[in-house]
Parts: sequence; C-alpha cells; structure tokens
Amino acid sequence: MPIIKVENLVKRYGNLAAVDGISFEVKEGTIFGFLGPNGAGKTTTINVLCTLISATSGKAFINDHDCLKEPSAVRKSIGIVFQDSTLDKDLTAYENLVFHAYLYGVKKSEIKGRVHDALNFVELYDRRDDLVKKYSGGMKRRLEVARGLIHRPRVLFLDEPTLGLDPQSRANLWGVITEMPKKHNVTIFMTTHYMEEAEVCDKIAIIDNGKIIAEGSPDELKKIIGGDVISLKTRDNKWSQQEIKKLFDIDAENKEGELYLTSNRGDACIPELIRGLGDKVLSVKLQRPTINDVFLKLTGKAIREEDASGMSNIKEEVRAYRRRH
Amino acid sequence: MEFNAIYVLVAREFKKFVRERSRLVSALARPLIWLFLVGAGMSRLVSPAGGMSYTQFIFPGILGMTILFSSIFSSISIIWDKEFGFFKEILAAPVSRLSIVIGKGLSGTVVSTIQAAIVLLLFPVLGLKLGLLQIIAVLIIAIAVSFCISTFGILLATFYESYESFSVIMNFIVMPMFFLSGAMYPVKLLPKPLAVATKLNPLTYGVDAFKNVIFPVEEGPMSADFSLATDMTVILFLSFAFVVIAARLFERKK
Ligand SMILES: Nc1ncnc2c1ncn2[C@@H]1O[C@H](COP(=O)(O)OP(=O)(O)OP(=O)(O)O)[C@@H](O)[C@H]1O
Ligand SMILES: [Mg+2]
Repeated sequence: MPIIKVENLVKRYGNLAAVDGISFEVKEGTIFGFLGPNGAGKTTTINVLCTLISATSGKAFINDHDCLKEPSAVRKSIGIVFQDSTLDKDLTAYENLVFHAYLYGVKKSEIKGRVHDALNFVELYDRRDDLVKKYSGGMKRRLEVARGLIHRPRVLFLDEPTLGLDPQSRANLWGVITEMPKKHNVTIFMTTHYMEEAEVCDKIAIIDNGKIIAEGSPDELKKIIGGDVISLKTRDNKWSQQEIKKLFDIDAENKEGELYLTSNRGDACIPELIRGLGDKVLSVKLQRPTINDVFLKLTGKAIREEDASGMSNIKEEVRAYRRRH
Repeated sequence: MEFNAIYVLVAREFKKFVRERSRLVSALARPLIWLFLVGAGMSRLVSPAGGMSYTQFIFPGILGMTILFSSIFSSISIIWDKEFGFFKEILAAPVSRLSIVIGKGLSGTVVSTIQAAIVLLLFPVLGLKLGLLQIIAVLIIAIAVSFCISTFGILLATFYESYESFSVIMNFIVMPMFFLSGAMYPVKLLPKPLAVATKLNPLTYGVDAFKNVIFPVEEGPMSADFSLATDMTVILFLSFAFVVIAARLFERKK
C-alpha cells in the first residue's frame, strides 16, 4: 500500500495547466524526489497534496485519506516545509515549536519532550531561546524541518529545502534529511534542483511543464542514457576493439585516440576489461551519468544550474534574501 | 473547534505584546494626547453641558479609540504574517477556519481590554466618579467591543495581501471610524448624512455603551444616543456576523 497515491492530477490556472495529469506513487519510508525546472509545477503539486489548494480534476491520497475531500485527516498525517520560510521571526526557536505543537493538538504532557527531542535532532537545542530573527539561513531551515516533525507526521514535504544555503549548511541539512525515514518513521517527499541531492533519493520523478516525463530510481533513470561510459587508452586500439567485441559484444568507438564504450554496469566491466586486454591497457576512466544528463537528454535543457543566468537567478537571490531576513 | 489552537494564538499575541514595550507605550500615549492636549484645548471652546466638561465627554470616546487602534492593529498583523509567510503555517494546520478567526479575535480582545483598563484608571484625574459596578460594567463592555472590532479587523485583513495597505487601512478606515463614532461629538448633533454613516459604524455602539455607563446625565445634548440594550445587541450581533463572514473568507483558495 503506497503512502502517497496520485492519479491523473490536474490543476489549471485559467488556460495554464500548472499540473497536467500526473500520476505517481510513493512507498512508505522512502525518500521521493520531485525534480523540475522553474515553473514546472512542483510547488503546485505539493499545495494540492497538502490540501492548501483544490485540484481541477484527478485524485490524490495520503495515508489512505483523500486530499480533496478529507483535508483535516490529511493535514494530521503530514508535515510541511514550504519553499519560503514560514517561521515567526519574533518568537524564539523554542516558542515556534511549542506554537506548532499546540496548533496540531499535541497532548500537553508530551509537548516539552517532543520539542526538546526535535531541537536536539537538528542540533539547535543550545540556541533554543534565541529569536529566530538572529538565526542563519541554514539554522532556520533546520528549525523548520524540526517543526515539521513535532506532530509525528507520516509524510514530510520539503519544498526546495536547501535552496539558497551555503554548501556547508546544505550538507548539514542533507544529513538531517537522509536520517529521517529511519529515525522518525516518516516518508520524505522533496523537491530539489541540486543533482547530487537527487542521487540520494530512493525514487525520482522528473516533471516539466506540468507533466511527469520520467520516473524511477536514480540508477534506473541513468539507464536512459544507456549506462556508464568507460573510456580507455590502449597500446593497440584496433586489436583492443576486436577483443572488446569478442568479450562483451559491444562496439567500442574510437574518438581521438581513445576508446569509448557504454555499459549498464561500468564498475563490474572494468576488471573484465583489464583481464581481457592485459598489459595493452594504459588507463581506464569510468564516467557515471548524472541525473542532469538524464534531464538534458529528455528535455533538451538543464534543470537549473546552467540556465541560472537570468530570471531564475534573481528569483533565487530574492528568496535567499527573504530567508535571511 | 480546536481550543488548543485558539489558546496558542492568544498566547502568541500576548507574548509579543509583553515583549514589545514600545508598542504598549505608544498605544497608551495616543489616548493621553487626545485627552490632555486635544480635550483640554477644546474644553475652552466648548462650554460644558449638563455639568460635564468636554474632557469628560470624550472619555468614553477615548476608551473606544484605544480599543479601535489596538484591536485593528492586532488583527491586521495577519497581513504581516501573510507577507512574511507565517500565516501559511497556521492555514496549513488541521485547524478549522472558525477556530483561527476566534483565536485571532480573542488575541485582539485580550490586548485591547488590557489597554482600555489602563486608560480607564485615569477617570479620577478627569473628575469622574465611578462606582465598582460601573467599573466592572465598563470592563465587560470593553471585552465585547474589543472582540467586535478585532473580528472586524480580521475581515479587513482577508482583503489585503501586503503591508503597503497598512496606511490605506489607517487613513481610510480607522480614522473615519474614530471620527464618526460619536467619540468627539454627540451623534444627535450631526447633520443627516454624517449621522447615517455614524449609525453604520460598529464603534459608535461601543462608545455609546461606555457613555451609558460612565455619564451621570441621562438627558441633554451630551448624553448617550441609544439605550445600553441596543448598543450591546448591535455589538454582539455584529461580532457574530464578522466571525462567520471572516471564517468563510478564509476557506480554501481555489
Ligand atoms: N496562484 C497562481 N495563479 C496563477 N498561476 C500560478 C499560480 N501559482 C502557480 N502558477 C503557475 O503555475 C506554474 C507552476 O508553478 P509552481 O510554483 O508549481 O512551479 P515550481 O515547479 O514550484 O517552480 P519553482 O522551481 O520556481 O518553485 C507556473 O507557471 C506558475 O506561474
Ligand atoms: Mg516551487
């Protein structure tokens, strides 16, 4: 039984289909990554799943509750970290979490313990009495993650949790996120545009223009590229090509003096290559395809890093600025 | 209704109110300025009627003004919360819209009633004589009026998304509400169109209720305009209506 189930979901704004008939399932206890460029419809999908906006058509269930008909039951099953910060900056970290606990009807006798645990989990316990105003961007994000866990949700939504953070804060937060499914028994639904983050997800859906264009585990998606690329230098390319053909039944391409071959299991391939070609091999290089390669191949554009020149860059700056203030 | 949520909304407002001393100081400076600068000056122009000075006459209006400003201020902090994102945290919670409106309404009620009570302490300075029962009655009315104006403020806040609208609300809604409430001049002396506007103003009935309790005189140009029963009925009815409408307007966006 999947914890999230979406069938043919559509959300229109006038003529624009922000979400255009998407379907997917998320298995309990996994990290599900939702990848896509600006305006792809990621936040809109989250808003529908979190019962903040209605859908135009289609179905969505979380923890067996209908997102379109049972908002209250769905809300109790989920925690949300929105794309833009939703902390009260004039309250302390501790007060923000206590507020949340009351809001979600956590039993009074349990509030203190849960708030302490959550603060410890994200390593903010020592700073609990500081006003959130005085927090750094990374601390705020971690606090929001902690807050999302206070009422013990079954699913935690994270909309671009690491956007606008410096590399160290990102790594720190990412450590927290990957620990969560086991430690807190929660399923993670997250959007991101950092490729190395997508790699850690158990499953990824790539969305573009409101449609899911590919779905699967990171390894499955990379097979779209045709597997890993191995490049090797040899003493005798012609002889090596023939030998490779005999060994793997693959045609190795000769480009500028180097041999290239693709393989689904590049890592397992290398020892065999060396065994087969013996001391004719001078060097071997294994190149793993990235999710970005997949995205590039499917849509003809990079997710964000390369197109970050114009508007999207500014948007990020503004967001990062807002987050800091 | 989620009482936990209502409680924590009020607790948050109270905590901020206590923390921001400057807000309390400036909130209390306004009534003092009106009473002792405007009121004292006007007293020279307006001759007392029915044995009441002008400063005494505006005292109920100043109580109303204190409530008006602090209630509206408290409620339209929702616009700030929208702007800075915090309101999303509230809207995404498994809490009915009715509880949110009541919680925010009571938040405004608590801080406004406290301020009105502080202003009320000035009555001996103005030469007014109030018994214990009158004081209790004023406080009860203050609670009702604060709730009514706070819920009206919530209704306003549903129409605005950014805090640039703050000065619009202050200049075009709050100030006219103050001047057209019978606070500064008796409603019965106003020309017809203004009198009609006054009767549509919720604050009028609050100020009038205070007049009913505080003024010793029952007749004359400066006495109350409606009966206390009328005032309270209107205030309670409007509170109910504001709560219901505001809760409706907070329902899920399309
Ligand atoms: N309230 C709205 N009214 C009209 N159009 C909207 C609204 N919200 C979103 N859209 C449009 O829907 C599309 C999808 O937006 P969405 O915010 O879901 O994108 P996203 O994938 O989250 O992008 P980003 O990476 O920039 O956060 C965009 O074209 C956007 O302009
Ligand atoms: Mg988004």
